[in-house]
Amino acid sequence: MPVPQAKLDALAARIAGLDLVRGGWAGAARTEALARLGAMGLPARRDEYWRYTDPADLIAPQAPRAATFAAADEPPVFDGIDRLRIVFVDGVFDPALSDDLTLAGVEIELLSSAGQTDIHWAREVYGVLEARGQTPVQRPLAALNTAFAAQGVLIRATGRAARPVALIYLHRSETSDAILHHCIKVEAGAELTVLESGPAAARFNKVMEVDVAAGGRFHHIRAQGRDHGRRAATHLFARLGAESLLKSFTLTANGVLTRNEVVIELLGDDAVAHIAGAAVGDGAFHHDDTVFITHAGQRCESRQVFKKVLKNGAVGVFQGKILVKPGAQKTDGYQISQSLLLDGDSQFLAKPELEIYADDVKCSHGSTSGAIDEVALFYLRSRGVPEAAAKSLLVLAFLAETIAEIEDGTIAEDIRLRLHNWLERHGR
Amino acid sequence: MLEINNLHVKLEAEDKPILRGVDLRVAAGTVHAIMGPNGSGKSTLSYVLAGRDGYAVTDGTATLDGADLLAMEPEERAAAGLFLAFQYPVEIPGVGNMTFLRTAVNAQRKARGQEEMSAGEFLKVVRDRARTLKIDADMLKRPVNVGFSGGEKKRNEILQMAMLEPKMCILDETDSGLDVDAMKLVSDGVNALRDAGRAFLVITHYQRLLDHIRPDVVHIMADGRIVKTGGPDLALEVEKNGYAGILAEAV
Repeated sequence: MPVPQAKLDALAARIAGLDLVRGGWAGAARTEALARLGAMGLPARRDEYWRYTDPADLIAPQAPRAATFAAADEPPVFDGIDRLRIVFVDGVFDPALSDDLTLAGVEIELLSSAGQTDIHWAREVYGVLEARGQTPVQRPLAALNTAFAAQGVLIRATGRAARPVALIYLHRSETSDAILHHCIKVEAGAELTVLESGPAAARFNKVMEVDVAAGGRFHHIRAQGRDHGRRAATHLFARLGAESLLKSFTLTANGVLTRNEVVIELLGDDAVAHIAGAAVGDGAFHHDDTVFITHAGQRCESRQVFKKVLKNGAVGVFQGKILVKPGAQKTDGYQISQSLLLDGDSQFLAKPELEIYADDVKCSHGSTSGAIDEVALFYLRSRGVPEAAAKSLLVLAFLAETIAEIEDGTIAEDIRLRLHNWLERHGR
Repeated sequence: MLEINNLHVKLEAEDKPILRGVDLRVAAGTVHAIMGPNGSGKSTLSYVLAGRDGYAVTDGTATLDGADLLAMEPEERAAAGLFLAFQYPVEIPGVGNMTFLRTAVNAQRKARGQEEMSAGEFLKVVRDRARTLKIDADMLKRPVNVGFSGGEKKRNEILQMAMLEPKMCILDETDSGLDVDAMKLVSDGVNALRDAGRAFLVITHYQRLLDHIRPDVVHIMADGRIVKTGGPDLALEVEKNGYAGILAEAV
């Protein structure tokens, strides 16, 4: 089917001001991504995968303006965690704010400086997992990212990382339009935790490709920035080898528009992938989780746990799919998406999908939308807990299943505190 | 302690009167029992006193040590010393039992201008009181009432009562769903709390609970009013002859 002219026009307008970085080991991947992109055009509201989220602001030639925001009421997230900090300001690496990039068990390089050599391990990852993730669903924003990203990190874990690597995204310019592309390789038996935090820019397009080899373990905890006007489209592409593990948790508090796509391939046998998200929105807040999990190996386990707390017209979207390929026997797939609507103005749209081509599998999915449980609220109040505190307790209880996916207790506690503070600020 | 005068209550949604002039006085240090057939308004009375939504008081008063209960929020009634042991204790997934207990205890202390209990002190007290109710460490860790058996839920109610140390305790059919051993355990828990400064209102269908928790006064409730009041013998009479005779006599 030919690409509609409008999509191609949108693409031409969008990339007119962008420079393609040529040469080096990533050069071919970039030109191939540009070719992929040319064959797709940019997403439009009429596309099935953009039915619930209007991509207009994500594809516009200029990033819509977003005021910067300094949170004076709480310390930056993960501040109390011993970590290696890599700071990007409006999408550009800032060496002065970053730590020295040496860490036992891990090799860290910048895409901007490592990209010009001819040979690099990241060649097997950069654009490769993104390209695999383009079927059966097109993800043009990710291809655009691969083609034009000049900044990002390349992280290779060869052992057990001594401490988490923290990617910190600061937003300083009201018109910044950031594109970051990270490649992560967790070698056989290695273990790595990556933290991400901050709004990054007025508009943020980020791709993270994660290749986890046999027996590797990858933990990902992300807290997207509180800036009210920011917009983000992010993609996490992951490929999992035998007996490997990936756990990813995302907290989204505020932000006018967020689309988080996760594309996981469980290739090896006995691999485990848990994806969780807690989103809290008040007012102008549109949050979209779009997840695609492919079970190719046998006896793999996947969990998707997504919860959203919405008020004052906030909108939540969940599109989650589990695809079980022929031969992926003993698959254990679980998917739950729930929203807690704190008033009658908010909206939750969910599209759970299962597609199964193996006969010995266990897959379940559920989606609910509801208000605070009045009976539980009365029970708490009858024990002396004031109404506001009781509501707060119930909202945190609703979100608890997502936080339970964070293995590190200190990090989980930090996330819980953010949610608690958000509830305090937003009058529950 | 508790004083109810001519209390009239209807269901907000249906305009249906449930209580039609309840009069009741419970003095400190006493145990009162309310018995009555299904639909007589016993549970409604307990809910209205605790402040549950959905009911409209159309006439009458209810005070606790002179303070107007009906003007208070549920949490204020709790802080004032009122406690309702629920007939159907509520499950709250995601909230640990221990967190729940500690939040409640400290919220009440705060409301009364007392200092919060330290984590260590709280743990010591809760473990001690849980032990006498045969509530193990696992039950304290689990989410509130989730996966608890009927007996465990009722024991958990009594544990909350023991921790909150209210002065006016209302027990709404605490015996329902309990086997003989559990009833003994729950009753022992209640009896341990009996003292001169505390009063109990025990709502029950059956006399057997009153073998364990000996009441000073027994009331029979029917059609939204208290129709007869007597001593412990009244409960025995109900057990033997049912409500029919008493109700016929009261009319």
